[in-house]
Amino acid sequence: MMSMILRRLAISLVILLVVSMLVFVATLLLPGDPAQAILGQQATPERLAALREQMDLNDPVWQRYLTWLGGLFVGDFGVSAASGGSVGELLGERIAASLVLMGAAALISVPAGVVVGTYSAIRRGKAGDHAATGISLVLAALPEFVIGIALVTVFSTTVFSILPSVTMAPPGENVWDYPAQLILPVLTLVLVVMPYIIRMMRATMIEVLDSGHVEMARLKGVPERQVILRHALPHAVAPVAQVVAIQLAWLAGGIVVVEFLFRYPGVGQALVDAVTNRDVQVVQALSMLIAVLYIVVNLLADVVGILTNPKLRTEGAR
Amino acid sequence: MSTETAETTTTAPTAVLRADGLKVATTGGKEILHGVSFALTPGKIMALVGESGSGKTTAGLACLGHFRTGLQHTGGSILLSDSTDLLELSDAGRRALRGGSVSYVPQDPALSLNPAMRIGEQILEVLRVHGYGSTEAERRERLAGVLTDVGLPADADYQRRWPHQLSGGQQQRVGIAMAFACRPEVMVLDEPTTGLDVTTQALVLQTIHQLAAKHDVAGLYITHDLAVVAEVASDVAVMLEGDVVEAGSVKEVLYSPQHRYTRKLLNSVPDLAGRRRIGDVSAITGEHTVVDPDAGTQAASEPSTGTQPTGRRAAVSDRAPEPAAATQPATNDDGALLSVSDLRLAYGDNQVLDGIDLALAEGESMMLLGESGSGKTTLARCIAGLNDAYQGSVALSGNTLERGTRQRSADERHRIQYVFQSPFSSLNPRRTIAESVEVPLQMSGKLNAKQRRAKVQEALDQVRLGATYLDRRPGQLSGGERQRAAIARALVNAPSVLVCDEVTSALDVSVQASIIDLLRTLQVDTGMAMLFVTHNIALARHISQRLAVLQKGRIVDLGPTGDVLENPQHSYTRELLTNVPSL
Repeated sequence: MMSMILRRLAISLVILLVVSMLVFVATLLLPGDPAQAILGQQATPERLAALREQMDLNDPVWQRYLTWLGGLFVGDFGVSAASGGSVGELLGERIAASLVLMGAAALISVPAGVVVGTYSAIRRGKAGDHAATGISLVLAALPEFVIGIALVTVFSTTVFSILPSVTMAPPGENVWDYPAQLILPVLTLVLVVMPYIIRMMRATMIEVLDSGHVEMARLKGVPERQVILRHALPHAVAPVAQVVAIQLAWLAGGIVVVEFLFRYPGVGQALVDAVTNRDVQVVQALSMLIAVLYIVVNLLADVVGILTNPKLRTEGAR
Repeated sequence: MSTETAETTTTAPTAVLRADGLKVATTGGKEILHGVSFALTPGKIMALVGESGSGKTTAGLACLGHFRTGLQHTGGSILLSDSTDLLELSDAGRRALRGGSVSYVPQDPALSLNPAMRIGEQILEVLRVHGYGSTEAERRERLAGVLTDVGLPADADYQRRWPHQLSGGQQQRVGIAMAFACRPEVMVLDEPTTGLDVTTQALVLQTIHQLAAKHDVAGLYITHDLAVVAEVASDVAVMLEGDVVEAGSVKEVLYSPQHRYTRKLLNSVPDLAGRRRIGDVSAITGEHTVVDPDAGTQAASEPSTGTQPTGRRAAVSDRAPEPAAATQPATNDDGALLSVSDLRLAYGDNQVLDGIDLALAEGESMMLLGESGSGKTTLARCIAGLNDAYQGSVALSGNTLERGTRQRSADERHRIQYVFQSPFSSLNPRRTIAESVEVPLQMSGKLNAKQRRAKVQEALDQVRLGATYLDRRPGQLSGGERQRAAIARALVNAPSVLVCDEVTSALDVSVQASIIDLLRTLQVDTGMAMLFVTHNIALARHISQRLAVLQKGRIVDLGPTGDVLENPQHSYTRELLTNVPSL
């Protein structure tokens, strides 16, 4: 089993390397000159040349790539063109803020999705199932900003004015010091992610409940609760883990819109700002970050799949 | 419905479980069981026999108070020895009985064991649920005991195995151990040996028989295999479309059947000796040899009987006086239509085929016999070019063929046709029968649409499917009809060699009989050669002139069918022969 996971890990590293090349090449292709972007239209040719020299822009492309890649390994993401400060410092706080948002959304939506999906599968064809599938279909069809705006309308305007609609943490303080401000952004993300988990859970659970070994467990006289928990659930988890991984990875990108909507100081805002300011270094760092996140959650999903399947587990050991 | 004998057993005070006028219908209102009655007595096994769709599994599951999704109980009762009605009990009451005093052994152990639980744990679970013994140590002792009872190792290592680490036979014995763990009064066994090889089947049957006799368990053995019934059961009830049409002791029912359907079933059972005919074509006994390709036209449609040689039989035995023609082509490639030499195939360390030499003469039918994992299907697929990873050569009429179908010429592909095991998955469900059968003709591209249609009709006629089947889809056909359509698709280009891969193993015995009958008739009519791949040795005399026995990728026995069956050279063949259940 270990060798299998190590193999996946090795493949992940190769993928990351390829992504880093793509990101680097893509930013090279962006129109405009970083030195020009920093110094503005009025810069003299001498100053431009000096800055280019300072930013190593005159080196061959492969050398710049290697320098950048080497920096990534030691946590040096370069210097922000817009602010002149270190990218790492600029993003550190925002990454933490975004991770809090995503983590909270994942911690709520995954268990809730699994429970609702399982409930739906068990009560197949009954009123509870129809309600759950109906609502999840509607939510799945709505874009995240519509859900966000609807929540804002309901909870922070005239209907119930109980929750803040924007995040306003004083500088120097952390966003999670104000939990009330987190509720609406987290809820929006939960409502966006959960429908897919519910639908996938319901579909796999129905399949598992119809399988021979579940029928056999019932014919053994095993109580229904134990049938679901021990005989059905473990087999439904692996396919659902893949969907959860895709959803979490989506969160990394989807968070941009939600953060913008709630003026949440996370990576999404940073990315929007960086693109507007042609801040190439920040765009590169964030792209790499999102790629790492994709790969990590997918790797985790694979590990869950291996752990819940004894056949895969024992084959690796042989 | 129930005959005199059934009545007497139902009124006998010893019955531990009695089904009385059991009625089950779909939720849509269609009745599946129309009042089934039977009684089970301790220490005896009653067989419930019938075709797929006759409702035998439904009746068996009703004994545990279980109805599959879409079915509901509409009448009648299942009475236990203390005359409580199992179907009247609450859910909790039924659960207490299930796996405890009434237990179930499923048809397919590979699907019915939880793949994510160790086998020891699965058996312990049933002991725990039913509160067997007062301590965990006591339950562990029972676990070891019951594993020994079914002939499996009982050590801790074995108990910690996963289901996928066991063979099919071992899995089934774990299933039986699980059913037997709580010392039930009644065991319902749903075709427990259907997926197993004869040798394993013999072992499992022996285990069941011993357990029932030794511990006074009443057994309900659901099966479609009458030969197994004769082996294991003392009473038998025959089911037809939701009714028990005949019931009584095995002796009465199997040796002097009263009902027309029972007789038909009995006539369908292939036997090793070839004494009986299955279907209309008589079995091949010693004096029959190769089909004469030229005699095809002579084959009359009149049914032949087992004893007097009529038109078809005469055609079959035309060349009987020249035994050389029948037996020699095997060793001599020159005259062979299809010859395989030194064919090898390995997946990693696993040598699937290990130097196969085989030759098939024109108009000859050869049975390729082997258990699961022997490489028989792989060999068939290599011959047809569906598997191109082999070494060695396959030659047709002396020309060595390319390995894969894509490299072979259209003509070469036409000449070797393949019929797959499962007619349920080998026909495209979205195409009509005519469209499916037409595909090989389209590929050859020689005929126009009208001519193709005529050819298709001709092929369907050959397999006894009329013009009404042309525009139906596979979903509207029974298993046997689908297999006929699949055969028609193989025949449409008039192949020289027909490879039949386990074509009857997914079908009921009576349907199997008609397919075997059809294949033999077609072979006589068209003079094609046939390679019949199967695990069922009992079919040997009914289908083939020569018999090749495959074990672990090697041919261990090869010769005229009669010779191999009467005078097997290899110990493996002898073992197979002793394990074949017979009536």
